[in-house]
Amino acid sequence: MSVDEATVARIAKLARIAITPEEAARLAPELGNILGWIEQLGEVDTSGVEPMTAVIPNTLRLREDRVTDGGVRDAVLVNAPAAEHGFFTVPKVIE
Amino acid sequence: MAELTDLGVAAIRDGFRGGDFSAREVADAFSARVAAAGALNAFLVETPDHAAAAADRADAARAAGEAPLPLAGVPIGMKDLFCTRGVATTAASHILEGFVPPYESGVSQRLWDAGAGMLGKLNMDQFAMGSSNETSAFGNVISPWRRADGGNSALAPGGSSGGSSAAVAARLCPGATGTDTGGSIRQPAAFVGISGIKPTYGRCSRWGTVAFASSLDQAGPMARDVRDCAILLENMAGFDPRDATSLELPVPAWEAGLSGDLKGKRVGIPAEYRVDDMPAEIDALWRRGAEWLRDAGAEVVEVSLPHTRYALPAYYIVAPAEASSNLARYDGVRYGLRDLPDGANLQEMYAATRADGFGPEVKRRVMIGTYVLSAGFYDAYYTQAQKVRALIARDFDRVWERCDLLLTPTAPSAAFALGEKSADPIAMYLNDVFTVPSSLAGLPAMSVPGGLDAQGLPLGLQVIGRALDEQGVLNASLALEERAGFTARAEQWW
Repeated sequence: MSVDEATVARIAKLARIAITPEEAARLAPELGNILGWIEQLGEVDTSGVEPMTAVIPNTLRLREDRVTDGGVRDAVLVNAPAAEHGFFTVPKVIE
Repeated sequence: MAELTDLGVAAIRDGFRGGDFSAREVADAFSARVAAAGALNAFLVETPDHAAAAADRADAARAAGEAPLPLAGVPIGMKDLFCTRGVATTAASHILEGFVPPYESGVSQRLWDAGAGMLGKLNMDQFAMGSSNETSAFGNVISPWRRADGGNSALAPGGSSGGSSAAVAARLCPGATGTDTGGSIRQPAAFVGISGIKPTYGRCSRWGTVAFASSLDQAGPMARDVRDCAILLENMAGFDPRDATSLELPVPAWEAGLSGDLKGKRVGIPAEYRVDDMPAEIDALWRRGAEWLRDAGAEVVEVSLPHTRYALPAYYIVAPAEASSNLARYDGVRYGLRDLPDGANLQEMYAATRADGFGPEVKRRVMIGTYVLSAGFYDAYYTQAQKVRALIARDFDRVWERCDLLLTPTAPSAAFALGEKSADPIAMYLNDVFTVPSSLAGLPAMSVPGGLDAQGLPLGLQVIGRALDEQGVLNASLALEERAGFTARAEQWW
């Protein structure tokens, strides 16, 4: 499995991680090695096998549809790097 | 009398109840030992006040003649993956620096409700991704153990719960919490000569625990012996409606059920775990372990788990995939670090924050996860891995028709030196070869110390059981412990 730098740049963009061209060059063989190693799974015959969806059989619980949480705005905002007027703030997104 | 810090969980609990010492004496003795052990770098935050307050409550309740709580008088260490109200929680990552949770995790709340106090938050591999504690953003934890070759090379305490393992082995706390996604309780326990159990997936609440790979993450205790682990696990496990995968089952009285008598039990030795280039000492310990279990009354049988060799590659698809999804929350908006370069827009802020905040191993895994989940690759990687995972779980289901428990080594080597494997991610991943299969199948598994290698370093044995049979796992581990007679401890140099 060979991974080129353009692929690394594309994955990094999808993962929202800024990388420099030097980092992409370093990561390309590294990710290639790991992906090459995990590709051995392709040799397992899985025809007729359902993918696992639950580790331990469990039933999804239902509860009454009523509010059980909330009213803690200040606690929600207390760790925000930037908050104003009871809101999270971010750089301007609409020109 | 022995020093208070030489006592384990049961001895402290019972001595406190019997009036041999006050809870405050115990808390202060451990806090002083923590404060003096900076060279190990096992703690990220020290919280002597938390431990003292719990101890004072225990002493006051005892003076008032109240019935003691299950862990009254017992101070513990808390892995920094558990959110603790009012106490910084970073998962050993720069991206969560400054985060102070306004809430308490399900597991830690249970421990405090049971009367335990907290000595501090324990260092770990960043976001629990690592097997040597070298991915922490706040420096390596140094194992208290050293090789008997006269050299002083710093050894890995294992990972990801490396602060927990080092702290218990160095007697900085009588017990600690750990979390295990692919072996992160069992491998570090083995590396430092202590015990640790990962219970069945769903036994311990994941609510308020920083998420790594949600279908694998399970909390569990690490302590000096099997009884101490049983006591702590009873006070960590239990149904939590805030965790969708929490098991709605009563918590068994594991400590009361402890018995090293294995008459009528069958223990399987899986042939596929006899891997190439396994050190002879580990193979010999494994055989000795089987003899010990036979001596305890068990019948030992050879069994096969044919898909074992595919467990690690399946794990390194499933875990990074879930991590890439879970770690999407670190965006510089709601908590933790924000890196906003001049003139950056929102997307650039996300990318800069994550580039700055995540360590190299975390980035590697998030990117692998992103890749295997991306359009066009999902079925070939993720779906195939989940199918292989189903086959691995089926291997275990079939083997339980022939035996009740499995015995394996915990890790393919003793502790390695810091820096020895950090340049090669795959060599590091291979350390989890014996612990990952049971994680993928959600089964309870425990590591107990079995002996020392020629270098004087601890080696662990692993017992794996059926889903929900923690009692069987604990009992077989107890039978091993009784026969191993492991009393070695690291000589204090820190």
